[in-house]
Amino acid sequence: MSDVSTNTATLAELCIAACAEAFRGNGEVVATGVGPVPRLAAGLAKLTHTPELMMTDGEAYLVEQPVPLGPRSYDARKTAGHLPFSRFFDAAVWSGRRHAMVTPTQIDRFGQINLSYMGGTHAQPRTQMLGVRGFPGNTICHPNSFFFPAHSPRIFVAGEVDMVSGVGYNPARRVAGGNYSDVDLRRIVTNLCVMDFGGPDHAVRVISLHPGVTFAEVQEATGFALIDAVTGETALPDAAALAVIAGLDPHNVRATVIKDNPPARNAS
Amino acid sequence: MSALDKRMSPAEIVGQLSSGMTLGIGGWGPRRKPMALVREILRSDLTDLTVVAYGGADVGMLCAAGKVKKLVFAFVSLDAIPLEPWFRKAREAGGIEVLELDEGMFQWGLKAAAFRLPFLPTRVGLGTDLAELGGLRHVTSPYDDGEVLIAMPALKLDAALLHANRADQRGNIQLLGPDVYYDEWFARAADKTFVSTEELVPAMEDAYPAEAQASIVERCFISGVVEMPGGAHPSSMPPLYGWDMKALKAYCDMAKDPGDWAAAAPRFVGASESEYLAGFGGMEAVRALSLPIF
Repeated sequence: MSDVSTNTATLAELCIAACAEAFRGNGEVVATGVGPVPRLAAGLAKLTHTPELMMTDGEAYLVEQPVPLGPRSYDARKTAGHLPFSRFFDAAVWSGRRHAMVTPTQIDRFGQINLSYMGGTHAQPRTQMLGVRGFPGNTICHPNSFFFPAHSPRIFVAGEVDMVSGVGYNPARRVAGGNYSDVDLRRIVTNLCVMDFGGPDHAVRVISLHPGVTFAEVQEATGFALIDAVTGETALPDAAALAVIAGLDPHNVRATVIKDNPPARNAS
Repeated sequence: MSALDKRMSPAEIVGQLSSGMTLGIGGWGPRRKPMALVREILRSDLTDLTVVAYGGADVGMLCAAGKVKKLVFAFVSLDAIPLEPWFRKAREAGGIEVLELDEGMFQWGLKAAAFRLPFLPTRVGLGTDLAELGGLRHVTSPYDDGEVLIAMPALKLDAALLHANRADQRGNIQLLGPDVYYDEWFARAADKTFVSTEELVPAMEDAYPAEAQASIVERCFISGVVEMPGGAHPSSMPPLYGWDMKALKAYCDMAKDPGDWAAAAPRFVGASESEYLAGFGGMEAVRALSLPIF
């Protein structure tokens, strides 16, 4: 990893940089990245363009120096504050002072997400997953973004997700009189492209394509119609960003996220 | 037993429980779970329980053993092993009723019960499938805003189980880990709360007066205490010991086809707590488990 010239960036590193853009200028909110790429992205954002971001060590403490991935000494992290789960809903989620980036099992054209079960019924699922966790609260209280390492129609489903674990922009699901003003779905980053919810009625748009990817390929890998709002190629991380990423991921966990760990720009 | 001597044996604690009860279990996923008391339940005839938990192996084991009639949950996970296989088997067999909740709604329901209210209002759950699946109803603000909210019903518990670092015989407890999760609210939401502890002292004011801030809940909410060192194993018990991921992995492997709980129980429940701990190297090995890195 000594060579940090932009030409050697991997696709995972490009995704980390693209995910970090979701946190740009967010201010003093808790940036939560679940999974290696979102977590490295939050750390990259904090150490480069958005130092105001707050984040935890993944357990219970607020840190100003993002905690590296993988094995390390338990006491290596320096604690600046305390944000245990016992205070998390009061302080971060329900107060709206957070932006989470997560990887649900499914997402639909409304931005509705699923982490609970697939197939069968709620009484007897074909595949039980984690449960809704904090998705219902996250999505109605604070901004959310998403990362998917393997863009496919099994994730970007036709119709609706099997169980709506997180609220989206589906008018049919909205009870009259409810307050949905904090529903704020920001970005979707995948191994193919960057998308947002900037179309009519929050329809999903492709806003940049990763090097060598076409809009048609993205559409082919998506179970619902996308809007082509591509303004260019997703930016490659520069040498400084690659150095920050390498420092936060000394065991190169990021190399395991995308199948075969391809380069961002194919040499051929 | 005087009112201020709350010491009990594990069997006496389980004797205070009955089939059909609603039972809250403290901790979070694979973190500081009252596993020794859960194992004591697994050795008993108790059945038809409604279990309310931020679930880990406690929920997986109780489901696998057929003790659970209904589960109130937001997730069941072992963190480093995201999907709890025994819980999955029970769900995919359709064998248990469920009330699935958001993590924040869950603690809100415990708080409603603690405050002796029928419900507490929240926006959480709007726009998802939770309300319809769980039979959760709406409430309209009586003020000028007229906002429609979900009325999160109180999660009233017949009993709750916690595992603490320290307790005294009056029921004062101290939790020393970085996060106390929602244990205090389990205790206040329950008619009776029973606490296993790594260390039982006669009087907290004599033994650990300088750390009273670690007392997360008042002794009036604690009905029974019992010293059970290693009582969180295989979950984590900071700062004393980490989770036993090797044991949890072996436990998960036993869920693979044919996935017979009767074959797993001798090792993961055992005939007694001393036999159980001996099977994992005893307290010396438990205390050597390093704290998890997140």
